[in-house]
Amino acid sequence: MSVRNGVLVLSDGEMFEGELIGAISNSPITGEVVFNTVMSGYQEVISDPSYAGQIITFTTSHLGNYGTNDTDDESERPRCRGVVIRELARRRSNWRATEDLDGYLERHNIVGIAGVDTRRLTRHLRDHGAVPGAIGIDRDATAAAARDALTTDGIDLVTTVTTDRTLRHETDSGSARRVVAIDCGIKTTMVRHLSGLASVEIVPASTTAEDILARSPNGVFLSNGPGDPAAVDYIVDTVRGLLGRVPIFGICMGHQLLGQAVGATTFKLPFGHHGGNHPVRDLETGKVEITSQNHNYCVDLEGVADLEVTHLNLNDGTLEGFRCTNVAAFGIQYHPEAGPGPHDSAYLFDRFARLMDEHSGATATAGAR
Amino acid sequence: MPKRTDIRSILIIGAGPIVIGQACEFDYSGTQACRVLREEGYRVILANSNPATIMTDPDFADATYIEPLAIDVLEKIIERERPDALLPTLGGQTALNLAMELFEAGVLERYGVELIGANAGAIATAEDREKFKQAMIEIGLEVPPSGTAHNMAEAHEVIATIGLPAVIRPAYILGGKGTGIASTPEEFEVIASNGLDASPISEILVERSIAGWKEFELEVMRDRADNCVIICSIENVDPMGVHTGDSITVAPAQTLSDVEYQTMRDAAFACIRRVGVETGGSNVQFAVHPDTGQMVVIEMNPRVSRSSALASKATGFPIAKIAARLAVGYTLDEIENDITRVVDPDTGEVLRSTPASFEPAIDYVVVKIPRWAFEKFPGTTGVLGTQMQSVGEAMAFGRTFTEALQKTLRSLEQGRGGLNGDALESEFDSLDDEALLTAVGRATPDRIYAVESALRRGIPLDVVYDTCRIDPWFLDQMLQISEERAELTSIGFDAMDPATWRRAKRFGFGDGQLAYLWGIDEATVRAARIAAGVVITYKTVDTCAAEFEAATPYHYGTYEDTSEVVPSSRDKVIILGSGPNRIGQGIEFDYCCVHACFSLGDAGYETIMVNCNPETVSTDYDTSDRLYFEPLTHEGVMNVIEAEQQSAADGGGRLLGVIVSLGGQTPLKLADSLPRELILGTSPDSIDLAEDRDRWNSLCAQLEIPQPAGGTATTIEGALAITDRIGFPALVRPSYVLGGRAMEIVYDADGLRSAIAALAGLSGLGREGLLSADRPVLVDRFLEDATEVDVDAIRDHTGEVVIGAVMEHVEEAGVHSGDSACMIPPMGLSEATVAVIESHVRSIAEALDVRGLINVQFAVKHSGDHPDATQVFVIEANPRASRTVPFVAKATGVPLVKIAARVMCGATLAELREEGLLRPAVEGDHVAVKEAVLPFSRFPDADALLGPEMRSTGEVMGIDLTLGQAFAKSQLAAGDRMPEEGTVFMSLADRDKRTGTRAARVFTELGFSIVATEGTAAHFRTEGIEVTEIVSKISDVAGRPIDSTGVDAVELIAAGKVQLIVNSPRGRGPRADGGYIRAAAGRHSVPLLTTAAAALAAANGILETRRHPLVVRPLQEYHAGVHTQG
Repeated sequence: MSVRNGVLVLSDGEMFEGELIGAISNSPITGEVVFNTVMSGYQEVISDPSYAGQIITFTTSHLGNYGTNDTDDESERPRCRGVVIRELARRRSNWRATEDLDGYLERHNIVGIAGVDTRRLTRHLRDHGAVPGAIGIDRDATAAAARDALTTDGIDLVTTVTTDRTLRHETDSGSARRVVAIDCGIKTTMVRHLSGLASVEIVPASTTAEDILARSPNGVFLSNGPGDPAAVDYIVDTVRGLLGRVPIFGICMGHQLLGQAVGATTFKLPFGHHGGNHPVRDLETGKVEITSQNHNYCVDLEGVADLEVTHLNLNDGTLEGFRCTNVAAFGIQYHPEAGPGPHDSAYLFDRFARLMDEHSGATATAGAR
Repeated sequence: MPKRTDIRSILIIGAGPIVIGQACEFDYSGTQACRVLREEGYRVILANSNPATIMTDPDFADATYIEPLAIDVLEKIIERERPDALLPTLGGQTALNLAMELFEAGVLERYGVELIGANAGAIATAEDREKFKQAMIEIGLEVPPSGTAHNMAEAHEVIATIGLPAVIRPAYILGGKGTGIASTPEEFEVIASNGLDASPISEILVERSIAGWKEFELEVMRDRADNCVIICSIENVDPMGVHTGDSITVAPAQTLSDVEYQTMRDAAFACIRRVGVETGGSNVQFAVHPDTGQMVVIEMNPRVSRSSALASKATGFPIAKIAARLAVGYTLDEIENDITRVVDPDTGEVLRSTPASFEPAIDYVVVKIPRWAFEKFPGTTGVLGTQMQSVGEAMAFGRTFTEALQKTLRSLEQGRGGLNGDALESEFDSLDDEALLTAVGRATPDRIYAVESALRRGIPLDVVYDTCRIDPWFLDQMLQISEERAELTSIGFDAMDPATWRRAKRFGFGDGQLAYLWGIDEATVRAARIAAGVVITYKTVDTCAAEFEAATPYHYGTYEDTSEVVPSSRDKVIILGSGPNRIGQGIEFDYCCVHACFSLGDAGYETIMVNCNPETVSTDYDTSDRLYFEPLTHEGVMNVIEAEQQSAADGGGRLLGVIVSLGGQTPLKLADSLPRELILGTSPDSIDLAEDRDRWNSLCAQLEIPQPAGGTATTIEGALAITDRIGFPALVRPSYVLGGRAMEIVYDADGLRSAIAALAGLSGLGREGLLSADRPVLVDRFLEDATEVDVDAIRDHTGEVVIGAVMEHVEEAGVHSGDSACMIPPMGLSEATVAVIESHVRSIAEALDVRGLINVQFAVKHSGDHPDATQVFVIEANPRASRTVPFVAKATGVPLVKIAARVMCGATLAELREEGLLRPAVEGDHVAVKEAVLPFSRFPDADALLGPEMRSTGEVMGIDLTLGQAFAKSQLAAGDRMPEEGTVFMSLADRDKRTGTRAARVFTELGFSIVATEGTAAHFRTEGIEVTEIVSKISDVAGRPIDSTGVDAVELIAAGKVQLIVNSPRGRGPRADGGYIRAAAGRHSVPLLTTAAAALAAANGILETRRHPLVVRPLQEYHAGVHTQG
């Protein structure tokens, strides 16, 4: 492996030296630089469509140790712009592995940089917030690219990741429930959880409320997705059209869209939540769950009626979940589907199933308690 | 849920003496627990027999019982203190077992004591292997196929269904004692039978061997609201088959995908819930098949363990502290993570904090490597297995595995610079491929070097993997180190540029390794590297991978872009710790370092700790003001010194200096290479004056203090010339060693020749570099039958000397002081003798210009029956903290190290007296006896004989009103319950017969029968002592007596007909005599005394115990003066 020296430059001029990995790009690549503190699950993170437009910094030291495999992808192909890591494994070791991470990145045309003092970078992002940046070979060209790079603010990135046609997943539970999932960048693990409860139709994000209701689902699921939730008001309109007519469950961006549909606003967090170790309290049971988190925006419920806060982040007190008290709908900011991350919150899919059953009287079988 | 108010007082049981499998990690956990529970307002009652611990400092509990950890003693403590609750999960397996015994005996119920942390049902489920297995199957987890047996017949039935190879594990044991893998029916017979013996309930689990599988551990915490978190995942580099305590381990786990990790996490939670550990920490071990991913649960510890200490240090998450809070009712989300707490420096207001209900994220790699002491136990195989044999461990941080691995190897202080690149690598490099692969396939302490050597010479990685089953990812990491070494060699020193320097350092290469590779000296390497701008940076251990701001100054060094150390304006003192535990240098020295931190912190200094031992209190992030978890090498320490000097230059407080005299030999050895002006306390020149034989001799001559005749030699001829002059027996010892390493008593020229040859050899001892022109061997006349005396004292810069204590050894000179029982006050010495000794100490301290602690050893030779007719010889003086300092502090109530640390920073004793830190010693009312605890039961092939080489791992203290009672307590605490009746077997060397006769007389008066060997029996009969049977001591190979007596001592012991063995050695080689008896004693757990002096003390102890029932008293009461209590 010949060493290709490269740099990561942030829009504020901060520079990090390293070695380029993955795909070869002759010009600098740009994106919003964020970090994630998970210690395992890099393949899931890299292939999560929510990272569209972003350069992901992994804080854990070694990446690629267990290679990549055919089953852990969270979407058809990674949508992130790049990855920043400290140390790339030269040799993978795991019984499920089919490819090296380096080869995986190259195959998916993802540029990466290794050997970076990722801790210095993370501290910088923590103190200054997620900022645009660029990865490239030439320092000046990369710095210039970084200066011109955009944040994800106000940008509709959902259109870049949503499905262009309806996809069907039969349930493996035998349930008669039917769920329509609005794909803002849905993760494979979410589909897997949903298809444990119901047969699932995944529809493009632009699908209208009428079109969805015409499919007579027992529930509608709003998926995660990339970018600024305030930039996709057409989906908010769709959700508004669904509220009160069918039970709704939103995760991550889906939660933010639900929030906007009921009149709440969203704001950007100083440095977002990106990791697999955040404590969240379920206010209904009082129990603490360790959660998988990946979001830069947060819902502000201030002044909105008929809502109940159901989940709070114990690290910074921010909203992690709410439910509507007048209609059958609830949203969760973090990732109960995991992939990667702890399984503590899988019960929320059961809550969705219960909600659907209460409102449709469908026969509950596996998955609903 | 807030803390419980229905309990007010809590009994904590400590782990007792340091033994293999249970080291000072339980002082760390117990100390944290005591602190936290007192902070919460509970009355804390502590029981622990180990005086060298921080937790037994009288400040850490309301009532501190340094009493034997035995159920009847604990019942007395409970009766007296009436605690509301017992917290059994912080004192290792010892505390857990005792709690179970107290529960089963109905003691807890009788006194209304509630078990908190883990209840009896949970303990039984986790500890009873069959119950545990059933429980795991119930919740759908896989376990290796197995069955239990209570006798050999059952064992045969089980093995018939399971098949070989099989692992045999006794129930209710710690550190894998009695555990083994059997591959043949013959091996199975031996291991199963030993296992049945080792289990206190005579139960073994026979299990299909999963040797070669990957091994993982998860550290789990659970609160009473059923919130569960994983604190740390640990992956073993050594595959299954090597005890995890003997394995090289890595955190976080490196080769698990998230899918597999989360499956394991779910399993760990299911396990802790099913077992029923309601609150606190547990450790769950898993094995994973490398080719299929099949996962099985191996075992679970329902308590804070060695791994939890490691996980705490590796993540910064204080498991024991949190476990203690959970035990009294808090939930995880109610407890703050103090690492991420941000406090306003002006108001003290907490600006932001995050709760403890989270899972630490780490952005570095931690490697732990054990340290063994096989060299101390000739006869052992040195092969690792399922029974833990290591005596200590080192840990290091790096941003990568390669960096952490090489740093840890350096931290072990075994002459290695890293994974390669040092003189010792020739050992494996010189083997042929076949021999090398054999070494790769055998799990030994050095295997990792064999693996590297094999990879470096080009043996394919897959071949190495098939041979050792170390995961290919780890092997490739090692191969990268080998390749980098080749790269560095080919670049050469002159062509190094900033990029290549940085890459080398990021691979973890030490300056010393680079110096070796380039054939230049380390100082040149260091200077060139620093000139190239490649200097160390310090990162922070913050539990959150920098996601949140952390104020906790817990740092490790690495080669990155920026450093994170924040200097304060206070004057700073660096304290160098003692590194990995080893025999001769353990918890006692950590105690000293910790006391220095406390004392100097109280006095307003900023304390900076450097250490690499994860088991210790000193590496707790809140012991010092700043902790550098770094190797105690010249490079590691100089990096810290320079960083601190830089921060002083940048406007921080001044660096006053470095304390090298509290951490044993480790920091002392570094003193020479550190800037002289920075050494606090006694000057390096004085240290050398005491150590350099010629200078020391002339000093003693000048002070007119007698020494045993002797001299120094670097060759056999030189040594023989000395013995020609002084005669035999002679004591041979290398200079600059601790714990009597390689010390030997020789009785003739042949013995001397073989002793010197061993030191000069190229393998074994020679490898330790114990003999060279710079390090001559000392040859002294050995004073037979003399009493050995130890003195700890402090001198300040005005010349005032305070004597800490004069300690009289129970065993005579010749037994290493660390292995000998000793007592305060010295009951067998006259006032006049003590006065002579004290006067010698004062004049030596004055002559050495000591600033701080000094330890002086004497031999007192009795010349006649009059007690005053003695001659006092000085053996050696060490101007540093000694192993006995904590014992002295516990016995006298004077905090010697706290005082000494201040004296080293310039305070006078008069000032400290004024301040109240220096108090008069409490004396006259009580006797304290320190007894050594030896690991012979772990090494059945080694001879259980005491000698000049120290072999004990730990110590206990017995304290009471009379010597007999204190001695009896010390024996009980050391695990040897003295029999109340029965038969004493005695076999004595001639020189022991006089004292032995006195002991025998007391035994007879107490109603014991005496059996003895021929010579001993004859002597007793002439003294009018009845001997019921004369036995042969030695048997031939077939086990038959070799003389005509017809009865064999070993048989007698095996038949359970002997309750106490007194066997003093004749001293010429371990197997010359008595070895079989001592081995039999160990095998059948019969108390063994190897000196007549100990026998006499034991006899008196039994006598006293019979007269007065054992009484327990807290240390605070002794320190207040027992007589005032009525």
